[in-house]
Amino acid sequence: MIKAAHLVKKFGSSTAVNSISFDVKEGENLILLGTSGCGKTTTLRMVNRLTEPDSGTIFLNGTDIRSQQPETLRRGIGYVLQNHGLFPHYTVAENIAIVPRLLKWESSKTGKRADELFEKLNLDPAIKDKYPAALSGGQQQRVGLARSLMVNPPVLLMDEPFGALDNLTRISIRKEFRVLDELVKKTIIMVTHDVQEAFEMGDRICLMDKGEIMQIGTPEDLLFRPANNFVANFLDEQRLQLELKSVLLEEILPGSAKNISVWDQMESLLQVNAYPDDAPGDALTIESLMAAFSKYKKR
Amino acid sequence: MDQTQTFWQFVNQQSDKLWNQTWAHIGLTMISLILAIIIAVPVGILIARKQKLSGIVLGIAGVLQTIPSIALLGVMIPFLGIGPKPAILALFLYALLPVIRNTYTGIMEVNPAVVDAAKGMGMSKWQILTKVELPLAFPVLMAGIRTATVINVGVATLAAYIAAGGLGEFIFGGIALNNSNMILAGAIPAALLAIILDFLLSLVQKINLKSIRVSWLILPFVFISMSSFYLLPTQIGGRMLGGFTPEFMGREDGYLGLKSVYRLGIETVVISDAVMYKAAFEHKLDVISGYSTDGRLKAYDLITLKDDKGIFPPYYAAPVIRNEVLTKYPELEAVLNQLSGSINDSIMTALNYKVDQLKQSPEQVAMDFMVSKHLYKPSKNGTKGTVRIGSKIFGEQYILAQMYKILILGNTDLTVLTKTGLGGTKICFDALTNNQIDFYPEYTGTGFLVLLKPDKKTIKQLEGNTDGVYQYVSQAFNKQFNIKWLKPIGFNNSYALMMRKEQAQSLHIESITDLTNHLKHK
Repeated sequence: MIKAAHLVKKFGSSTAVNSISFDVKEGENLILLGTSGCGKTTTLRMVNRLTEPDSGTIFLNGTDIRSQQPETLRRGIGYVLQNHGLFPHYTVAENIAIVPRLLKWESSKTGKRADELFEKLNLDPAIKDKYPAALSGGQQQRVGLARSLMVNPPVLLMDEPFGALDNLTRISIRKEFRVLDELVKKTIIMVTHDVQEAFEMGDRICLMDKGEIMQIGTPEDLLFRPANNFVANFLDEQRLQLELKSVLLEEILPGSAKNISVWDQMESLLQVNAYPDDAPGDALTIESLMAAFSKYKKR
Repeated sequence: MDQTQTFWQFVNQQSDKLWNQTWAHIGLTMISLILAIIIAVPVGILIARKQKLSGIVLGIAGVLQTIPSIALLGVMIPFLGIGPKPAILALFLYALLPVIRNTYTGIMEVNPAVVDAAKGMGMSKWQILTKVELPLAFPVLMAGIRTATVINVGVATLAAYIAAGGLGEFIFGGIALNNSNMILAGAIPAALLAIILDFLLSLVQKINLKSIRVSWLILPFVFISMSSFYLLPTQIGGRMLGGFTPEFMGREDGYLGLKSVYRLGIETVVISDAVMYKAAFEHKLDVISGYSTDGRLKAYDLITLKDDKGIFPPYYAAPVIRNEVLTKYPELEAVLNQLSGSINDSIMTALNYKVDQLKQSPEQVAMDFMVSKHLYKPSKNGTKGTVRIGSKIFGEQYILAQMYKILILGNTDLTVLTKTGLGGTKICFDALTNNQIDFYPEYTGTGFLVLLKPDKKTIKQLEGNTDGVYQYVSQAFNKQFNIKWLKPIGFNNSYALMMRKEQAQSLHIESITDLTNHLKHK
């Protein structure tokens, strides 16, 4: 759906992005991961032409994005920022109505869509008449997401969307967003520097350094088939946790429940073990799980 | 007695004038402010976009701000003449800096993430400006406009110096005429105006703008500015125009006398004597009120009209000194009197010409004169005490103060401190009675009519009686203020009506009566 080819961007004498290419398939979540200054945000901003590349092309559904007015292009692409970017002088209701108004929607249609999103995002309708400053950080980020989803754009760009939140809020919002049906269907490019976040949210991860792509692939690819030392080293610190999270139970124990990671299974086992009397007699134990995981890794 | 009139009586009596001046003041302030907003807001936006320009533009606006108001007004006379036009331009220039700077600051302070979000959602540049940047910068921008408004209400008082009207007419007239009611009648409304306008704008500042609807904001402003054009002095451009100082306008031996004694019917504007002569020379004014020994008379080729009905009393210059000072330093009287008799009208005019037109320093002119009259002696560098000499704010007084300085330094063991440029008669005289200065040169007519304010009968009695007036002021000052008039210096610097020589000759006008008849028959 999105195809970037040989993007180059220089700021003065420093090269922010050095000839990178990638594809994002429809409905896929691509995570741009890397330390600050690696060029991930610049890459993201080139997709909705907030930054124009010095050379290279981006195709959206097969057409060059430069064939459209930047304003028209942007109205069709959702954009979520780290500091939510809500207008401080607009109420919540007015903030989320910005793009619909640019597209000249009927206000009844806007209202209906707002109600729908408020429900899905667990937002209290009472905050509609409040100003952003009166909301909590979590609420602000939800409103920011609601605003970007209002006109149901097929593509969503997210620039460190959870970066300004505290740890607990971040983890719970992340979980919520991951299962949100509005997001599941969308083609998303998300920028983050948080490895956990990348592995949790991404279908594929594009690990960048100094303006170049180090590796692009599924979380498993990066973990188990690192393209180079940089990739391996980058993940080393959190390797075990990432592995447990990215390997599915059915992969190591064929025939078990689907779509549960080893990590999730461990968590529930550990909780059950706190009350040994309740444990089902013949079920999986931590020990057997670890043995299976270790066998899977050595395979 | 009419000189003990209360403030309210004065306001009642002059309410027409007061309303006119207040409206003119509002008009000057608002028009210049609106023009400044129209120019400064876009400039502020521009320099927020093009950072490189901001230094230069703010620098230029800052320099304009530092030019003294009266100088700025004076500079504009050759281009724009006198009246509201140069006043509005000057006020406009003063209002630029606060508005440009605050527009710029306001826009620069808008959170970049918000602008980025607006861009990312597909807002056009114009939409970002009008719906995001200007509404968010609005409180800061309004603070700048409030500053500019208060500055303009203050500076607009100076518009009275160049015939643009406004409350300055009362303020400067009152200072010149030693009339506190008149000063207050101008100063209080001006202060109220500043407070009220600032308050109204503070209400506007609190409005939460979702988007700047440009048309909504501009419409009321345009309405106000159009209406205020009606309020400005519009009489400029009649057959013959008289430009008189605020002081002259309010004096019995000035405009009031011209009206009552000569029945002179001429359109008038109020103007500062600093620009009056030049305005007459450049055909902006036809008749002006000047001083008969003024050097500019010679420089601008003006002639004085004969006062054939004698309404201008003689104005012999003499030092007025506090008696305490004479008791302390008795030698001073004889020393100061050395100057008496050595300067007549034509000598004084010539000396003034050197200062006003040839731009020689008063110190140099005084020194040259004293040397030529053999009155100069080298300073004795005495340490006995200090004498403080005052002077009003024009060349002749500067010269006289310097001459007295030379005399005192050369003939006594005293040192001298000069406090020159003390505004008008009231400021100078108050400085003397409040022991801020020890003596200054004053004119008999001024002492008689302005400071003593005798009743009509006394004025009639002493009309045209030069010695009588001197005797009268000497006695009255001694009794009322404990101040002594020393011997007259010798020249008579009286009020006079002046015209351009070629115009007066072509119209065969030689006296004020000729002028009155000319105006009647035309």
